[in-house]
Amino acid sequence: MAKPKLALYWAASCGGCDIAVLDIEDKILDVANHFDIVFWPCATDFKYSDVEAMPDKNIDVCLFNGAIRTSENEKLAKLLRDKSKVLVAFGSCAHEGCIPALANLTTKEKIFRTAYLESPSTKNSDGVTPQTVTRVPEGELEIPEFWEIVRTLDQVVPVDYYIPGCPPQSTQIWAVLEILIQGKPLPPPGSVIGAGEKTCCDECPRERKEKKLKKFYRPTEIIPDPNVCLLDQGIICMGPATRSGCGALCVKANVPCRGCYGAPPNVTDQGAKMVSALSSVIDAHDPEEIEKILDQIVDPLGTFYRFSLSHSLLRKVESV
Amino acid sequence: MKHIKIDPITRLEGHGKIDIFLNDDGEVANCYFLVPELRGFEQFCVGRPVEEMPRITTRICGVCPEAHHMASVKACDAVYHIDIPSTARKLRELLYNVFMAGDHTLHFYALGGPDFIVGPDAPAAQRNILGVVAKVGVEVGKKVIQMRAHHSEIMQLLGGKKVHQVTSLPGGVSKGLTEEERKSTEARILEMVEFGKFTIKAFEDIVLKNKAYVDLILSDTYSLRTYSMGLVDEKNKVNFYDGKVRVVDPEGKELVKYSPNEYLDNVEEHVEPWTYLKFPYLKKVGWKGFMEGKESGVYRATPLSRLNAADGMGTPLAQAEYERMYSTLGGKPVHATLATHWARIIELLGATEMALDLVRDPEITGTTIRTIPDKTPTEGVGIVEAPRGTLTHHYITDERGILKKVNLIVGTTNNNAPISMSIKKAAQGLIKKGVNVTDGILNMIEMAFRAYDPCLACATHSLPGQMPLVVRIRDKNGEILQEIKRL
Repeated sequence: MAKPKLALYWAASCGGCDIAVLDIEDKILDVANHFDIVFWPCATDFKYSDVEAMPDKNIDVCLFNGAIRTSENEKLAKLLRDKSKVLVAFGSCAHEGCIPALANLTTKEKIFRTAYLESPSTKNSDGVTPQTVTRVPEGELEIPEFWEIVRTLDQVVPVDYYIPGCPPQSTQIWAVLEILIQGKPLPPPGSVIGAGEKTCCDECPRERKEKKLKKFYRPTEIIPDPNVCLLDQGIICMGPATRSGCGALCVKANVPCRGCYGAPPNVTDQGAKMVSALSSVIDAHDPEEIEKILDQIVDPLGTFYRFSLSHSLLRKVESV
Repeated sequence: MKHIKIDPITRLEGHGKIDIFLNDDGEVANCYFLVPELRGFEQFCVGRPVEEMPRITTRICGVCPEAHHMASVKACDAVYHIDIPSTARKLRELLYNVFMAGDHTLHFYALGGPDFIVGPDAPAAQRNILGVVAKVGVEVGKKVIQMRAHHSEIMQLLGGKKVHQVTSLPGGVSKGLTEEERKSTEARILEMVEFGKFTIKAFEDIVLKNKAYVDLILSDTYSLRTYSMGLVDEKNKVNFYDGKVRVVDPEGKELVKYSPNEYLDNVEEHVEPWTYLKFPYLKKVGWKGFMEGKESGVYRATPLSRLNAADGMGTPLAQAEYERMYSTLGGKPVHATLATHWARIIELLGATEMALDLVRDPEITGTTIRTIPDKTPTEGVGIVEAPRGTLTHHYITDERGILKKVNLIVGTTNNNAPISMSIKKAAQGLIKKGVNVTDGILNMIEMAFRAYDPCLACATHSLPGQMPLVVRIRDKNGEILQEIKRL
C-alpha cells in the first residue's frame, strides 16, 4: 500500500515551528517511515514546480506554518490548498497571526519608511526602497509583493484543522502525528487539535485565591512569589484568556503567560476575553477608580492581542 | 544574456534566491543574492513596553531565538542603566554558550559537513546528514542527536522553553539553578566537551589529511578579502555574550574597537531596490559597492571573522586548535571562506569549555538573580555574537520605558554583501564558456553560500534530503535552454 503523503510548508514565519517538529527527536524517523514526505522545503528537496505538477488533492495532509505576509505566501497557500485533502494551520502565525501580525497595528508605508529611510544606521539619500521588479543592467530581478496586512491561513483559504502554539509543543505535535499514523478518526473539521480544552490556568501549579486587584505591576517592577498566581500578585498574565496545551511553561519559569496558545475553546476574541477576565477582578466600583487602575496596564492592545491580532475582531488598526 | 535562477536556495530569515546572469560568451556577467522577505519588527515594536522585547524579538528567528533574547535583554539592561547580579550574568552566559555549541553542531554535521565528509562533487542524494552517517558511522549520528537533545533540554531548564526563551528580563533572570539541576547540566556539558573534541578530530582526519580538500579551502575561487568583525573580551579573546566589537582590516590590523553604544559611528547600511535585506558596511571606510579589499567598507561577521578579529580563544583546547588553524592556513588573517567551517568547530569546542567553567562556578547556584530597575529608562544598545554574526539591538524609550525607536542589525544581514560576492566569485570560477553546468558545479557554487550558514540552514538538513535546487538557464526570451533539478 502506498504511504500517505505529507507536506510541510512555511510562509511568513521564524522557523521555530520546523524546529519544534524536529524536536520530536527520534520519532521523526517514525514519521519518515510512515509518510511519504512530498514537500518540506526546509528538509527535503522538492520544488514548487513539483507541487504544481501534482493532481489536485494529491497530498493527504499538509501542515502549513507561518502567516500570509507576501504575495508568495498567498500563492503557496492557494496551491497547497488545491493539492491537499487536509490542510492544517500549524502554529500561532498560521492560526492567529502571532507576533508578525503586530504589524497590523501599523502600515506597510511606515514599515518601509522605518526600515529603509529612517533607521538610524541606514544611509539612503536617494530614498531607495525595495521594488517588486527592478531592472538591472543584465536583466530583471523580481521579489514578492509585501501586502498591507498580515493574514492568517484561513483568511486566505479554507482550513480543516488548527494546531496552536508559538511554537506548538513537540509532545502535542507528536500526539497529532500519532493519530494520523495510527489512522484514528480525526475530530470534526474546523477543530483545534494538539491542545487542551481548558485554559492555561488549568495547567498552572500556582496557588490561586479570590482576586482583588488595586494595582498592576510590570514584570520588571516586582520579584514575584514563585508559588502564587501571578495575576493575584498584580502581574498581567494571559493565562485566563489562553487555551491550555503548553503545560504552563512560562509561568513555571516565573514569567507571565503571553497567550501563544490562542483563545480558549468557545472564545472568538482572545483580547476581549482578557478584558472581561480583568474587569471581574478589579477591587473597585467607582468608574473613575477603575479607570485609574486599568491605566496602570501599559500597552493593553499589544499585550492582550500579542499573538492573535490577525484573528481578532480588530483585525487591522486603520489609522495609527 | 542567459539568466540562471536558483530559487529557493534555502532559508535566510525567509526565502533566499540567487540570480546568475551569463553574458553572450557564456561567462558570468553578474550574480544577485535576493532576500524576498521583510517582517517589520523595527516598526511594529514601537509602542511596546521595552521589557517585553526579549520575548517579542525571539520571533525574528526560531533557529537562534537565544541570540535575540540575549541581545534584546542586554539592550534593556542598558535602557534601564542596570548592572545585573553576577549569578544572573553567569546563568545567561551559560545558556548562551550551550546554545552556540548546539547551533554550531547542527550546522557542521547536517549542512556544511556533508560537502567535506561526503565530498563536494559526490552524488546529491548522498550529500546530506545520512551520507555523513554512512561515511563516519551510525554512532556519530546518535551523538549528533544526543548533542541536540542536551542543547534543547538545557534551553528548557535555563530559558523556560526549548524554542523562544522567556527567562531573561531587564535586571537579570526570572529563574535560578538548583544544585540538583546544576549537576545534571554539568553531566550534559561534559558530554558536549567530549563531542567538541571528537568533532575536531573528525575534521582533522577527514578534511585536513586530504590534500585536495585543503587545496580547495585555500583556492582563490573561495577566497574573499574583507574586513573581519567580532566581539572580544578585555584580553581581545573571542567572546559570544559580551565585550567590545573589534574590526580588523584585510591585513589583520585593528581598524576600530567599539562599545555597543558606539555602533552607529561604525556601521552603516546601504539599500538596494531588488532585495528586502539591507547591506551593512563600515562607516569609516564607506560603501564602495560589492568590492573586496581595504578600500571597501564590506566586512564579514562569521565564525572565521570572529577568530580573525580576536587575538585568541578564551579556553585552552580551543586556543590550541586556533593556533593550529592559522599555522596550517598560512597565518592571520584567513580569507578562505571555506575555513569558516573549521573556525565554527573551534568555536563549538570553545563554547563547551566556557559552559563547563560556568556550570562549575560556585556562583551559578546563587539566589540573587534580579535587580529591580530604579533609574529612568532612556536608550540602550545590546550586542552579542549570534552564530551567524554580530547581532545588534538598539532601543530608545520614553520615560515610562515605552519604545519610541527600534533598530536591529541581525547576524546574517552583516554578511549580505559578502555572500553575494562569494557566490559571484565561485560562479565566475566554475561556470566557463562551453562548460556544461552540472549538479556538482552548482553544489560548489552553493558551498560558497553555505559556509556563511545562512539562517535556518542548520536546521534544514537534519532530515534526509539536501538543499533544494533548480537552476534554469534561459535565453533572452525567457525560454529554458537547460534545466538542472536536484531531486
